[in-house]
Parts: sequence; structure tokens; C-alpha cells
Amino acid sequence: MLAKLRDKDARRGLLLITPTMLWMIGLLIIPLILVVITSFGQRDPNGNVIYTFTLENYIRLAGISAEGFDPLYLNILTGSLLLAFQTTALVILIGYPLAYFVARAPLKQRNLLLFLILVPLWTNFVIRIYAWIMLLRKTGVINSLLGWLLGLVGIQFTPFDMYPSSGAVLVGMIYEFLPFMILPMYTSLEKIDPALYEAAADLGANAISTFFRVTLPLSAPGMVAGTILVFIPVMGTFIVSDILGGRTEILVGNLIQRQFLDARDPAFGSAASIILMVMTLAVTIFYARRFGFGDEVIAP
Amino acid sequence: MSTRRSPWLTFVSIGVYIFLYAPILVLILFSFNASRTNVTFEGVITQFGPNPPANTSLVTQSACGPFHWFCVLFNNREVVAAARNTLTIALISTICSTIIGTMAALALQRYSFPFKGFSELSLYIPIVIPEIVMGIGILVLFSAVFRFLNGALGLDGDQRLGLGLWTVIISHIAFSVPFVTLVVRARLHGFDKAVEEAAMDLGANEWITFWRVTLPIITPGVLSGGLLAFTLSLDDFVITFFTNGPGSTTLPIYVYGLLRRIITPEVNALSTVWILLVLVVLMISQYLQSREAT
Repeated sequence: MLAKLRDKDARRGLLLITPTMLWMIGLLIIPLILVVITSFGQRDPNGNVIYTFTLENYIRLAGISAEGFDPLYLNILTGSLLLAFQTTALVILIGYPLAYFVARAPLKQRNLLLFLILVPLWTNFVIRIYAWIMLLRKTGVINSLLGWLLGLVGIQFTPFDMYPSSGAVLVGMIYEFLPFMILPMYTSLEKIDPALYEAAADLGANAISTFFRVTLPLSAPGMVAGTILVFIPVMGTFIVSDILGGRTEILVGNLIQRQFLDARDPAFGSAASIILMVMTLAVTIFYARRFGFGDEVIAP
Repeated sequence: MSTRRSPWLTFVSIGVYIFLYAPILVLILFSFNASRTNVTFEGVITQFGPNPPANTSLVTQSACGPFHWFCVLFNNREVVAAARNTLTIALISTICSTIIGTMAALALQRYSFPFKGFSELSLYIPIVIPEIVMGIGILVLFSAVFRFLNGALGLDGDQRLGLGLWTVIISHIAFSVPFVTLVVRARLHGFDKAVEEAAMDLGANEWITFWRVTLPIITPGVLSGGLLAFTLSLDDFVITFFTNGPGSTTLPIYVYGLLRRIITPEVNALSTVWILLVLVVLMISQYLQSREAT
């Protein structure tokens, strides 16, 4: 009887999960396997892939060729990694006060304050980056405002070009991914029982030690979840650097995109994506092992 | 004590809100710009009158007055086509991924079946793998499939199958399903199975129980999952970039294309319309949620 029931359960479960698994296997797992296979291939003069087994693409990425060592691609990889770390750190620094502010706000204001963080997120990625061009360029809004403000106090101001530049890329990345850090951090900050703060105060802790010994440890899961939500997309994004960085600002995402569209070397592009994937997975796994996956925030 | 807010915290928070909104406000302001090149803000177009010749740098008058760029936008066939594509893709992929994802959530939350662990693990793939890797993977897959099909069916020239609206829709479903499943599972998590058992005891069969008890209870979860899928699809750039073909350009792809040419305030007008639409949708969903809560 029980075995039969379980059988029925199993059949139902399989039936319900089948469409999802068709999509997951067909459009995620098989494509990933194809990328791995392609990365060991070669290109023919027409830009098609010849499926062989060669490590040529990976050797080229490492910068080793007949002409000697060229760190071009290694620099792109480390540059992307560095930018992803910078972005994540800055997004935590900027987002934490706001997440805390919203979590401590009176219940009635909280939803509105959260809603206000979400609205920019819904205005389209590409459009948001475009907006920064208007702010950052030499004749842009920031320069005009600075010029006007300094003019008021009688200081001569020469506008400076902030676009395109690597700084502009960093600002764009922070802007794009800030909400993804604030929301999970808010979720875990909001869960902290206010009585804990009172207890800390009663036991003689000052504001600073309360923060470091109560607030920070208890909000760590949100920070971990936010880091995963920010770090991975930053590593793979190519639009921000494409639009705000000009032609010289090349991240691993740009490298991959160009191999598929301009350079027509999918095999080399695939090898670069495998390296990108390995790097993000390595960082994620290290992070998850060290701090937990932030599960309570990502998967409620 | 717990609600006491230090002034510097308020100050910093206001600063962050300004940081979040400054670009959007500038974007909207510039959509009324009189300057055709859109490099600096030259004031709003104030005069109504016949449209200016296309070679002047300043637009001093327009048949639409301050809304000159909006009129230009709505008369632009490429934009209208891109908007139609964007909505078609978002609607179809949302409906499919909501149904499929809800089914998966029910399966994972309710039943034990072979390969359950593997299924759960595979749903995490889009979260932990950079979108660009998924994008090129799907591109490699589609090109292989199309090369095979075109060869097998002997298709040539214009008949050849290739990337288009359907490839984008199929790919959008792929990245939306895991998010729908996540949201619906959260709703199912707090579900009291006794309610269903009660319905069965009262003589309802399983279908009736599902339609009249289970579904109404999980509907809010299904709706918010669907809303999430819809916005993910509307906003998507990377996957669409690699899977769209001739005739399936979406708005984000169109804007990206414009950014590499000359940018007129038309792009801003487009952004402004987009922002207003999103706000309206958000308000409606908030209103529905608040009505449900009471």
C-alpha cells in the first residue's frame, strides 16, 4: 500500500517536473557542455568551429605563444576580478547604511522606502547606464553643477572628462548592482530583534561595540547573499564597460562578446567563458564554504 | 531606543537615494531638451509650430511643443516594432514560465521522485553562472541545431531557419523558470496540508481540490512569480543579445544600438515612457497586493 502510494507520488512528481527539466537540460546544461567542447576546438578561416581536442585556446589565454609571453589576456582576467571585488566592497559600504536605515524605519515608512530602492531597478539596465553618460561627460550635469557652485564662490572651474574612463565603469557597476546588495541586507537586518540592542545597551555596550558585536554578525547572511548576487553578474557584464569605458576598457565579458561577434572565434571565446565560469564558481564556493550560502535570504 | 536614528545615518541614506534617482531625473529632463545633439541641456522646447528642418542643432518649435521627441518616437517604426517584440516576448515567456515553474514548485515541495536532488541543483544554475556564459552557450546550441536542420531539410537562402522571436522566447523561459519556482515554493512552504485533506474528506476529488483549494491559496505566489518573470524578460539584455535575429530586436537591444550611433533626445523620450509604464504597472500590483492584504 505504502509502496504503491509512493509510486504514485513519484509519478506525479516526475510529471510535474518534466517541463522544467526539459528546459534546464536543453537550454542550460547542454549549452554549458557545448561551451566546454567548443573551448577545445579550433577556428577555420571562415570563423566556424572545427571540433578537435586542443588546449591551444587556453594556452593563448595564458599568454604563451611562439613569440613569447604576453600577459594581455591575463591582465583582462585579473582586471575583471579586481573590478568585481571593488564593486562588491563599495556596494556593501554604500548599501549598508541605507539597508540599516530602512530596517530601523517605522513600519509604515518601510514599504515606501523599499519601493523607492526598487523603482530604479525596473527602468532597464541599458537605459540606466546611458543616463550616466549625461551625468559624467565633460559637458554633463555634474560638471555643470560643479562649475555653477564654484562660480558662486568665485572659483574658476575647468570641467574634467569623467567619461569614458575606468572610474565611470566602476560608478556604473555600483549603480547597477547596489539594489541587489541592499535588499538581502535589509532582509537580514530587519529580522534582528530590537530587544537585542536594548540588551546590549543594558550590558554596557556602546554604539560602536553594539554594531560590531550584534548588528554586523547578525546581518552577515544578507551580506553573503548580496555578495553572490552582485559579484557573479559584475564578473560577466560587458555592457557597462562597453558604454561607459570606451574602447580601451576591456573586461572578460567584452573579450567573450567580441570573440563571438567581431572576431568570429567562438572556440577562443568559449575558453574565455570557461575560465570566467571557473573563477566565479571558485570565489562563490570559497565564500559559501566560509560563510554559508546565505540560504535563508536567497531561498526563503 | 531602537527607533532612534542618528542624523548622519539619515544624511547618508538621503545621499544614497539621490545617487539612485539623479540619473533617472536627468534622463527624464533631457527628453524635453531643445538640443538635437543632446550633449548639453539647452532648455525645453516651448513653441508650438511647424517642425524644424532636420539640420538645425536647436529645436525651437515643434508641432508637439515640449513633447517633440515623444512624437518623433511614436512615429519611428523601428521603435514601435521593438516595443511590440519586447511585449510579445515578455508575455509569452511569462505565461509559459509561470505555468512550468509552478508545476516544478509543486513537484519539489510535495513529492519525492527520482533525480529530485539533481532537479533542485539544476535550478540554481542561472543564479551562480554569469549570464554571458549562458547566452553564448544557447547561441552555440542554436547555431548547431539550425546548421543541422538546414542541412537535413535542404533549406537554402531565405528559407534557412535562424535566430528570431522564438529563440528569444525559449531562452527567456529558461532563465525565468528557476525564479518562478523559487517564489512559488516560498508560498507553498507555509501551506497547511490539512486544508486539502479536509476538502478531500468532504468529497472533493483531487482536481477539484487543486482548482478550488490549492490554487487560490498559492495564487499570490504564482502572481508575484509571474510578475518577476515579466520584469526579468522586459529588462533582459544579455540573453536577448545573443539569441535575437533579424526582426526580433527588443527595446534594450535597440537602445544599445542607438548608443553606438548619434544619440538624440529620442532615446530619453523612450526611457521616460518606459519609466512611466513601469511605475503604472508597479502601482497596480501594489494596489492589488494591498487590497488582498485587507
